[in-house]
Amino acid sequence: MNADVLVVGAGPAGLAAAVELRKLGAGRVLVVDRDEAAGGIPRHSAHTGFGARDLRRVLTGPAYARRYADAAAAAGADILLGTTMTGWDGPAPRGPHRVTLTSEAGVRAVDASAVLLATGCRERPRSARLVPGDRPPGVMTTGELQRRVYLAGQRLPGRALVVGAEHVSFSAMVTLAHAGARVLALITDRPRHTSYAGFALAASLRWRVPVWRSTMVRQVTGRGRLEGVELADTRTGAARFVPCDVVVFTGDWIPDHELARTAGLAMDPGTRGPAVDTALETSVPGVFAAGNLVHAAETADVAALGGRHAARGIAEFLRRGADGGRAAAGGRGPAPGGARLPLTAEPPLRWVAPNLLRAGGPAPPRGRFILRSDVFARLARLEVRQDGRRLATVPSFGIRPDRPVRLSASWTGRADPGGGPVTVRLA
Amino acid sequence: MTGATETGDARPADVAIIGAGVVGTAIARALACQDVSCVLIDAANDVGTGTSKANTAILHTGFDAVPGSLESRLLRRGSALLADYARRAGIPVERTGALLVAWTPEQQAELPTIADKARRNGVTDVHPIGAGELYRREPHLGPGALGALVIPGESIICPWTTPLAYATQALAAGARLRLRSRVTGIRVGRAEHQVVTGTGVVRCRWVVNAAGLHSDTIDAMMGGGRFTIRPRRGELIVFDKLARALLSSILLPVPTARTKGVLVAPTVYGNVLLGPTAEDLPDREDVATTAAGLTGLMAAGRRILPRLAGEEVTATYAGLRAATADRDYQIDVDPARRYACVAGIRSTGLSASLGIAEHVTGLLADAGLHLAGRPEPDPPVMPYIGQAGPRPYQDAARIAADPEYGRIVCHCERVTRGEIRDALAGPLPPADTDGLRRRTRVLNGRCQGFYCAATVSALFARGAPAPARAARAAAGAATAEPA
Repeated sequence: MNADVLVVGAGPAGLAAAVELRKLGAGRVLVVDRDEAAGGIPRHSAHTGFGARDLRRVLTGPAYARRYADAAAAAGADILLGTTMTGWDGPAPRGPHRVTLTSEAGVRAVDASAVLLATGCRERPRSARLVPGDRPPGVMTTGELQRRVYLAGQRLPGRALVVGAEHVSFSAMVTLAHAGARVLALITDRPRHTSYAGFALAASLRWRVPVWRSTMVRQVTGRGRLEGVELADTRTGAARFVPCDVVVFTGDWIPDHELARTAGLAMDPGTRGPAVDTALETSVPGVFAAGNLVHAAETADVAALGGRHAARGIAEFLRRGADGGRAAAGGRGPAPGGARLPLTAEPPLRWVAPNLLRAGGPAPPRGRFILRSDVFARLARLEVRQDGRRLATVPSFGIRPDRPVRLSASWTGRADPGGGPVTVRLA
Repeated sequence: MTGATETGDARPADVAIIGAGVVGTAIARALACQDVSCVLIDAANDVGTGTSKANTAILHTGFDAVPGSLESRLLRRGSALLADYARRAGIPVERTGALLVAWTPEQQAELPTIADKARRNGVTDVHPIGAGELYRREPHLGPGALGALVIPGESIICPWTTPLAYATQALAAGARLRLRSRVTGIRVGRAEHQVVTGTGVVRCRWVVNAAGLHSDTIDAMMGGGRFTIRPRRGELIVFDKLARALLSSILLPVPTARTKGVLVAPTVYGNVLLGPTAEDLPDREDVATTAAGLTGLMAAGRRILPRLAGEEVTATYAGLRAATADRDYQIDVDPARRYACVAGIRSTGLSASLGIAEHVTGLLADAGLHLAGRPEPDPPVMPYIGQAGPRPYQDAARIAADPEYGRIVCHCERVTRGEIRDALAGPLPPADTDGLRRRTRVLNGRCQGFYCAATVSALFARGAPAPARAARAAAGAATAEPA
């Protein structure tokens, strides 16, 4: 089996890319997803708020997922579901890329001229956060909660605690309420929540759910059955036991980067996804990455717009021909237009995406870089520097952890393609 | 579902084995294969749920045992038997070898003593290497290592499949399994004993005490009371498979008077294990992890293999080892009371299990228990859940014959619907999703259920065999009896 483009992941980024690729005449576009249905995470996010930036309308998650799945099919993309990419014969700089797909139809090899990784992200589970104590059932992530409630129709009566106070935490709260749970509180070790003020207000007024700030989970208790958790005040250390029947660990995203890493793509230490340039091309020519694999986690519409952006880069790559003149340069050589400079974020900024600059490269998706901060800052300046030289200073308002910090790309022309790494810092 | 379950049974069993851990199931297997009628009793809802499931999953050579001890002898014998049994039963084993790494001059000075001890334990292929060779073998090792002792025979093994294989074979040979049956008392009799459990009385001629952490309680019920179990908790951290490339051997600490140290080892599932801590506890069921334990392990891991700190943690857990004041195994047979005590196995039970079973069977025969004397039957072929060999999702022919092996449910561990279906329909089906986890690896991966927990729960609820469901409803009845 052959494809011009193999898209791995049928979430918003993958499907939006497939639609755009077909529009741009990319030929055979094959989308694979290990899940049994297309649409990705929005499929089980049964609240509204999806589609504002990409579709210019507001839909529920499932309606948004359906819309993209239908659009990709209508555009002529081939979508294989229940299909896992289980092998990759090493990325081939000169293409094509030979991959192995496993499904109930068997084990198949596929050759693709270009590959788009859109494998998304997941929440760190309790174990990865090193929360000690017993290991009873009833402790889960939002992803597991939503699949249990919205896809498997489970009820969860009892008292629930939500760990986290970012967008997804409020989503978990709504899901728990829908499943019949009484949500006691959202817990955050930060001094305040990091979602929209409206969400916190609605939680407090409509659901009577408070946000317990500066609070951490110190221990999980319950042998065989969850009894409750020990909470501690991060400022005073004061501890208290809160009995509950369900604990949902939300947010704390990590890209699903297994394929990217096993394929040997260069990784960005900040995002923990593959390093990508402003065209969303990775360290291997013809291999692109988009969506929450490269910025875990942004909203679905931002992921979709990233997918659309990557599609344009892929179409350009295919137009140039698979080797684009790079074979002569030893295959793994720089992309046309010169070397790529790393772009890194300095603490307390956590990451920046895209994180490679290429002279002559396109503007990043939506004309801006996205960053994450570990701290709150009401009024700050983002400073871009290279080799001790200031390239830009951009004011930034209302910086909060877990939320995007935007940096316009207007300064990229001032970076010296032959110079050192470019850094962004909070000034 | 019936059998020798109540006092009204026509005939008592020859042997009741209390404790269905790796040692109890190994003894049940050895006896059942010699036509001895036996009942295997456990308080839990599955075999291998105590110390047997939460350990370092290493198949030891016994190089560091006390020379001349029973433990040394049974470890050597047992690990050789198990290496062969595992190969034939499809129990995942990888002979990775171990490196006993010296980080201080004090530790380095210990290496010749340990090498000498290994040779006295019959492990003759140990040899020292210098720092250069050590870093060539393990380039990701943290700075400061001075040298190491190589123990080529040390292996990693699947601690879950092993007791399941023993129990499966015991059941096939006619043993009965009585789970969810906590022993509350034993009426020691002249002609027979009556073991009182939460689900009724088991009549038997002999009692074998393989109760691990509770073996002193059972021993007291038999009129012993010779020893006290001192549970020692060990906490462990499992790292993601992407960390597996950071090491090739088991990295052992050098035990010194001052510190015990922790090890870093690959697992047969393709992960990396860091641990254990060692903490004496009064509570025999406290397998909680602690902030201090996990923090200490992470710090140790960062020193041994710095790049571990940059990898994701998949799981944390704790197990309890059944230590006694004595340094050796406590194995003896009392023909007068028709009682065998198999205690103090601490942390080497998995490696020594077949050696222990062989030893106990011999002692019982000497004491008058009749064995059929037939040759060892072939082991059952267990579903392969290791990372080194081919799994069903990779097997095109198998998927062509049965597409359910191409439908991956658990993406992190690549477990298919076909494997889940097989486990639920097997001779020793799981009683809950934790049991399914130990049989298939489902839910064991980096996402810890983010993607598949809802599906797995639904498959389990739909596919759990009727006896298991009935057993759950009846709260306490046995879950698996021979057909």
